[in-house]
Amino acid sequence: MITSFPKLLGATVVTLKLLSLSLFFGLFIGLLFAILRLNKNKIINKFAYGYSYVFRGTPLLVQIFIIYFGLGQIEYFRSTFLWVVFKEPYWCAIIAFALNTGAYTSEILRSAFQTIKPGFIEAGKSLGISNKIIFYKIQIPIAIRQSLPAYGNEIILMMKGTSLASTVTLMDLTGVAKYIISTTFKPIEVFIVAGGIYLFMTFIIHNSIKFLEKKYGYQ
Amino acid sequence: MNIIKKFSLGLLITLFLTISANADKIKIGTEGAYPPWNSKDASGKLIGFEVELAWALCRYMGKQCVIVEQDWDGMIPALIMRKFDAIMAGMSITAERQKAISFSQGYADEVASLAVMKGSSLEGMDTPAGINLTNPNAAAKKALKTLTAALAGKTVCVQTATIHQNFLDSGDVGKVNVRTYKTQDEVNLDLASGRCDAALAAAVAFSDYAEKSGKPVVLTGPTFSGGAFGNGVGVGIRQDDTELLNAFNKAINQARKDGVISRIATKWFGFDASM
Repeated sequence: MITSFPKLLGATVVTLKLLSLSLFFGLFIGLLFAILRLNKNKIINKFAYGYSYVFRGTPLLVQIFIIYFGLGQIEYFRSTFLWVVFKEPYWCAIIAFALNTGAYTSEILRSAFQTIKPGFIEAGKSLGISNKIIFYKIQIPIAIRQSLPAYGNEIILMMKGTSLASTVTLMDLTGVAKYIISTTFKPIEVFIVAGGIYLFMTFIIHNSIKFLEKKYGYQ
Repeated sequence: MNIIKKFSLGLLITLFLTISANADKIKIGTEGAYPPWNSKDASGKLIGFEVELAWALCRYMGKQCVIVEQDWDGMIPALIMRKFDAIMAGMSITAERQKAISFSQGYADEVASLAVMKGSSLEGMDTPAGINLTNPNAAAKKALKTLTAALAGKTVCVQTATIHQNFLDSGDVGKVNVRTYKTQDEVNLDLASGRCDAALAAAVAFSDYAEKSGKPVVLTGPTFSGGAFGNGVGVGIRQDDTELLNAFNKAINQARKDGVISRIATKWFGFDASM
């Protein structure tokens, strides 16, 4: 139990890397699609809706398998330049995670945008501020503040979701835990330690979000 | 109300019958994903050399058996946790595993081999046909050196927690980039997709895949036996279960004498892999 701890901590770094990169790309994807969702054009709107519908409606495991094993089966795909990226399990995992969290984030941000009181925007307009500045300086900050609690949940869900990276050969926290079990045959002890590390990460994320909520929330 | 009562009573009886029916049966765990050792047919039924052998051994022991499926990476923990009583899953007898469980005498032996896609630079290595790693001789040592040079910096794929992974991790062939998969099927997929420069597993696992998929998978380098590759494949049994261990050993003896093992082995492997 004690001897496995340093190895598991080392693997936690991989998990954190996967999480932060996925969240980073996912936030951009989410913001982009949230804006597309608010677009008045029906085709753009439906396209954005379809994306979030598909990625929220299928299991993350299925998505990561399709991206990793599925795309690798297509011979034409392997001859394109994209294969350089998709050849690596690491990037396949990040792409799958980012697309998945991006779908959820887009929904979180969309609802946040929609709950902004029209009064705020009208106030800006009456002061003669341009639409662009209203969007960046009023709508986006309010939307981020509104979506903090829900987004905090999404970060925690994604953190646990990264454990699926082990199914595509990555040695993240779960992957290394399984490896240690395969040589020591002690599943309970090792999984308890790994579970404890996940719990600790949740604790940190949860409290950071709480802190941000307090700092930026309505008083 | 009456219906619910009857229903729950029925449920209880069924449950009781299931438990009592399984009480004196030997439960044998297998993976069902490592053809031709053990696999599943299109309908999901377990088939393969070990499934057929398990039924034969049970007849010799005069016991009823149930064969259950278990993922490879949880095989030994599941045995220890009493999910089943015996493992027959192409599991080689190694010193490391013997620390956790007992093994019956070996019933079949396999050689391991590297596989690559046709046209790979790793094809046609200058090595003997087969090397034994228990007290390796000069030719075997030279072959390991050749392999070390050829595999440097290459990605070699294996199923997790196998003798093949242990061998690559042992450093006998230097520092290779080892990638581990949950099942052999996944290893085969990534070998074919080009993510793996080479893969290491039982030679029969690759020839079976090449035959069924039509993919140009070819064996390369020497076949491996002994050392990290263990001493044949045996039945894994809990260390305190000596009664079952003796029963299996006796049954294997008889089955071997009657030529049953070699007949079943020839049927599934295409050659006599029994021992």
